[in-house]
Amino acid sequence: MTTSSEDVLLQMGEVRYKKGDGTLYVMNERVAWMAEHRDTVTVSHRYADIKTQKISPEGKPKVQLQVVLHDGNTSTFHFVNRQGQPAMLADRDKVKELLQQLLPNFKRKVDKDLEDKNRILVENPNLLQLYKDLVITKVLTSDEFWATHAKDHALKKMGKSQEIGVSGAFLADIKPQTDGCNGLKYNLTSDVIHCIFKTYPAVKRKHFENVPAKMPESEFWTKFFQSHYFHRDRLTAGTKDIFTECGKIDDQALKAAVQQGAGDPLLDLKKFEDVPLEEGFGSVAGDRNVVNSGNIVHQNMIKRFNQHSIMVLKTCTNVTSGPSTMTNGTNNANGPVSQSAYTNGLNGKASATATKSSADQVDKDEPQSKKQRLMEKIHYEDLGDPLVEADDDAANGDRASKSKQFELSKVERYLNGPVQNSMYDNHNDPMSLEEVQYKLVRNSESWLNRNVQRTFICSKAAVNALGELSPGGSMMRGFQEQSAGQLVPSDFQRELRHLYLSLSELLKHFWSCFPPTSEELEAKLQRMHETLQRFKMAKLVPFENRAMHELSPLRSSLTQHMNQLLRTANGKFATWKERKLRNTR
Amino acid sequence: MKLSVDGLLVYFPYEYIYPEQYAYMLELKRSLDAKGHCLLEMPSGTGKTATLLSLIVAYMVEYPETVRKLIYCSRTVPEIEKVIAELQNLMAYYERHCPIPPPFTGLVLSSRKNMCIHPEVSKEREGKAVDGKCYGLTASYIRDRHEMDTETPICQYFEGFSLEGKESTLPVGVYSIDDLKEYGRSRNWCPYFLARYAIAHAHIVVYSYHYLLDPKIAQVVSKEMSRESCVVFDEAHNIDNVCIDSMSVKINRRTVERSTNALNQLTKMVQDIREEDTNRLNEEYQRMVQGLKDASVQRDTDMILANPVLPNDVLTEVVPGNIRNADHFLSFLRRFIEYIKTRLRVHHVVQESPAGFLKDISSKICIERKPLRFCAERLSSLLRTLEISDMTEFGALTLITHFATLVSTYTKGFTIIIEPFDDKTPTVSNPILHFSCLDSSIAMAPVFSRFQTVVITSGTLSPMDMYPKILDFDPVVMSSFTMTLARPCLLPMIVSKGNDQVTISSKFETREDTAVIRNYGQLLVEVAKTVPDGIVCFFTSYLYLESVVASWYDQGIVDTLLRYKLLFIETQDNAETSYALMNYVKACDCGRGAVLLAVARGKVSEGVDFDHHYGRAVLMFGIPYVYTQSRILKARLDYLRDQFQIRENDFLTFDAMRHAAQCVGRALRGKTDYGIMIFADKRFSRHDKRSRLPKWIQEHLVDSFCNLSTEEAVQLARRWLRRMAQPFTREDQLGISLLTLAQLENMEQEKLERQAQGKQGVGGEVQEL
Repeated sequence: MTTSSEDVLLQMGEVRYKKGDGTLYVMNERVAWMAEHRDTVTVSHRYADIKTQKISPEGKPKVQLQVVLHDGNTSTFHFVNRQGQPAMLADRDKVKELLQQLLPNFKRKVDKDLEDKNRILVENPNLLQLYKDLVITKVLTSDEFWATHAKDHALKKMGKSQEIGVSGAFLADIKPQTDGCNGLKYNLTSDVIHCIFKTYPAVKRKHFENVPAKMPESEFWTKFFQSHYFHRDRLTAGTKDIFTECGKIDDQALKAAVQQGAGDPLLDLKKFEDVPLEEGFGSVAGDRNVVNSGNIVHQNMIKRFNQHSIMVLKTCTNVTSGPSTMTNGTNNANGPVSQSAYTNGLNGKASATATKSSADQVDKDEPQSKKQRLMEKIHYEDLGDPLVEADDDAANGDRASKSKQFELSKVERYLNGPVQNSMYDNHNDPMSLEEVQYKLVRNSESWLNRNVQRTFICSKAAVNALGELSPGGSMMRGFQEQSAGQLVPSDFQRELRHLYLSLSELLKHFWSCFPPTSEELEAKLQRMHETLQRFKMAKLVPFENRAMHELSPLRSSLTQHMNQLLRTANGKFATWKERKLRNTR
Repeated sequence: MKLSVDGLLVYFPYEYIYPEQYAYMLELKRSLDAKGHCLLEMPSGTGKTATLLSLIVAYMVEYPETVRKLIYCSRTVPEIEKVIAELQNLMAYYERHCPIPPPFTGLVLSSRKNMCIHPEVSKEREGKAVDGKCYGLTASYIRDRHEMDTETPICQYFEGFSLEGKESTLPVGVYSIDDLKEYGRSRNWCPYFLARYAIAHAHIVVYSYHYLLDPKIAQVVSKEMSRESCVVFDEAHNIDNVCIDSMSVKINRRTVERSTNALNQLTKMVQDIREEDTNRLNEEYQRMVQGLKDASVQRDTDMILANPVLPNDVLTEVVPGNIRNADHFLSFLRRFIEYIKTRLRVHHVVQESPAGFLKDISSKICIERKPLRFCAERLSSLLRTLEISDMTEFGALTLITHFATLVSTYTKGFTIIIEPFDDKTPTVSNPILHFSCLDSSIAMAPVFSRFQTVVITSGTLSPMDMYPKILDFDPVVMSSFTMTLARPCLLPMIVSKGNDQVTISSKFETREDTAVIRNYGQLLVEVAKTVPDGIVCFFTSYLYLESVVASWYDQGIVDTLLRYKLLFIETQDNAETSYALMNYVKACDCGRGAVLLAVARGKVSEGVDFDHHYGRAVLMFGIPYVYTQSRILKARLDYLRDQFQIRENDFLTFDAMRHAAQCVGRALRGKTDYGIMIFADKRFSRHDKRSRLPKWIQEHLVDSFCNLSTEEAVQLARRWLRRMAQPFTREDQLGISLLTLAQLENMEQEKLERQAQGKQGVGGEVQEL
């Protein structure tokens, strides 16, 4: 907390902090406050810790400045210049402006990242638990965790922050106001600037080129508003206008797009006509309707309107170009055809014939999408589907439109699942022959034992045993559904759940490495294997030990399945390793 | 479903049917039975195509001797493809459910541009260029030359086809353009010529109007079609214009220049040939002396365009002596072109009859009528003799010869108008010679006489009595069907005044009035606020659209509009408009909503559907009268008055209203669809306009909706939209606007019973008497 090595940039007296008078110091790397007649600094914030500063609104009696830190704490400084309000304001503004200049230099990106991560964790309790289980126990490193396990979340987070669209009328929102003396005042907000940049990339580029190297920001915008580019009724602008080029770029882009064609055969007006005639014959439309008004200004303006709308539209389609942003089935005109499963027999035929020839891809796709468009157009939803694929129960018309319902004859069977049985569920393990043999031998031994027991059991014991085995008996407890819930205390259950969660997450990544076709995947596999081992040591074994102590009757049965999962994974890894070694040898 | 229509078993490829579809089938069958022509109006979006196809196909199955062939003509390429897709549906249904599926072949014919699979030729974008290149690879003498010298390029697909394809018939099935292309690729056959050959044998042919109506094309393509055919003209509300256009020619200065160039080129070629090989010219000359039909006429690749006049009017005499010799003919043409050039050098508008033109030409440059009539044929013969591979340069010359043949063949029903300049730009000299057909029945007559049943149908044919008059035929059945609806899914309204009570109208006097334009703008803004998704507006003309948009920009209406929806505007450039349309569709799809400003009679109004969310509201700003100052129109009006006793005003209103109906009808494409139709012009509420709207729109246009202000209309729209937004299921429709087979049979039963009772009742009365 020394101030010796730092330059004090601003020293502001008569600043109150927590009702104590003192002096505020704005220094190179931090802002500090020292109470009057003291030597020690009471408050000291490094700029890197400061998130933002806030000031009290104008007109409030108290003139204050608040510093908000990244951890959410705040410090409020109250300016109490004896010379009255204006002086207080002046003091405050001085500090504010200085801070404004200083703070951005210390804004670190890392902070933002951390903040984001923190937020993601807070918003996803499962992920947080995973984080606790895996990272804090050192099963995984933090980087690894974020790179692989929380990737989706992080991405989703990014996507979720919906971008604000561009209003079609954003240019109109810059309402020019006359300032009374032959001038116009344009209100330009950062939103509007953002809109302009987004809609007109050419302007953005110009801005990037010119500001601040060649002209200041304000001049740039003045020029922009003066330019013909901004005004819709522009004709050809003079050469000195820096936006002439923008107009040209836009025009070229539009022309190129127009040349490319509409893509949708039902909208391409050029292809509507089917007259193989020379112009001059009456049937050839073309110039029959062309009445050139000669009003180029109007025509240009119309062109601009189209262009503007197209560009505004482009800004929102750029964002939403992801899968199926459209709500209606009839619309992805030029989207990939394969996406939509249009189950029509005819379409199927078309695709079959289309895939037959391995000619050029473009030629193949086009008829197919065209076909699909046509089928959509001639489809009457109320008349029912064309009964081309109809089978015996043709009456059930809307069958195709509705997706098949998942029907269960016995619901509980589905919900409970097949009862776990250690005898069978190893069947897809790469069990060695000896193991099987051994098991068989053991099983047959037990048969023998039972036989022996049966002959030696006395009737009383048998009755007892029967009692125990009847519902309600002590031996039957384990077979009741809720038994596990009753027997295992809730904290164990929770922990178990967390364990499952972590394990399955890890296993998911482990199995996703198969088959390991590339170097990367192999490395990942190796890594995942180690992680699993670590997990077992760090989490599973302690849990088992605890369970052993506290819940003796259940003991290993709780973790049995997890162990098995791990075993399977290990087994797979071992075989892979072995095979790999063999191959390299 | 399989239903019985008046005793005929009809396979209908859907499990439900609209009542009007059934009624339509009944009427259609009656006219097929009577072997007569019919005129049927059924709203768009009620499955007209499917109905037509299933009935006629069923009829062909049942009475193969009576109707052998179905020729289905539609207007645009997408329409044609839709028909083929419906047909494929139907035939697939037959295959599934009919014990013996009919061995019918259906196919589509389109221009080379759409059908070519030649790797280089098909890259051309212009139809003309494709045709020219194709000709250059497939003409008979080119192929002959190839036999001598393998360096000459030919088209492998055509060769493949002519080697093996001509004899074989197309396997049974329905072929769309893409199917044909695919088939052609797999066989190494040219799909275009394959289709050209196959249409002679196919049972169902789908193509564009021009292939049947335009004599120059029809002679080449549809020559051999049997009388026992049923011809369907779908979307036929504009058929009279197609007829007229197919017989009209327009010559401007550029045409003359280009034909002069072509003529010079020809002269040079003739000279060259004479030095090398006089035989060829002599042979041609001999052929003409003997009056032999050109042997090579039989070779279809050599024919691009046939004689422009109707088959009945083609002279079968020998070519007159003064144009038999190639040199003579060329100098003859040169004189003719010079004459046209002098005629184009006028300073005032000239209008004259073909007879007057012929008299003038004979007195000025001594050209008789008879050789003129042979011009077109003589030129095509010469072009063949000279073995020209690139036909594209001779288009203008062909046009001139066609004009010569037409003007000398027809003296009635045509007019010649020479305009020295455009009316808008009187200072710029841009002379145009219009040779204009005034009578749509001329081109239509051979079709009516040649085929036993011609079906003219569309969503908007009202007022129907006009068509028999202007096309000059007697329909045996003339019927208009309405749309049975379970909910009022269309909301037609006539907005006659703005919120400030200023009458809105696009009539000439108030057209430029800022108050009217502002009110139009406010109406649009209000509608844009209220109506979700897409809105389409139609203006009466492009000029009006331009000026209104400019005023809206000045008044700030465009900016307000942009706050609610994006704005797209039809331009005169097709490519640009297509791109704007695509973006309009995208904007509707992504939920942003958009407004499209288009022009009545424009390409958008004729060919693009705005179904469902692509068009929740259509606004018709003004009545789309045709440009009445046009001299061609005036001449036509005079002709109609003199020949058919149709009053000018009647025709103009008819024409305007059919286009208005066509525009607003774009929004409604089915019973599950819904849309607002706003007619924004005071004049729409007058009886003569209102009563000319199609019946299915009129039914919903109650009196209280006929004189609304902007605010009232928006209020109504809001209430109606809320209602439309409720879920609408098939169950709601069943029994009312949608029938199952059982319901249909019940209905029929009841009808029969009622009829029987009625007869009994009458009988009873008789007894009492």
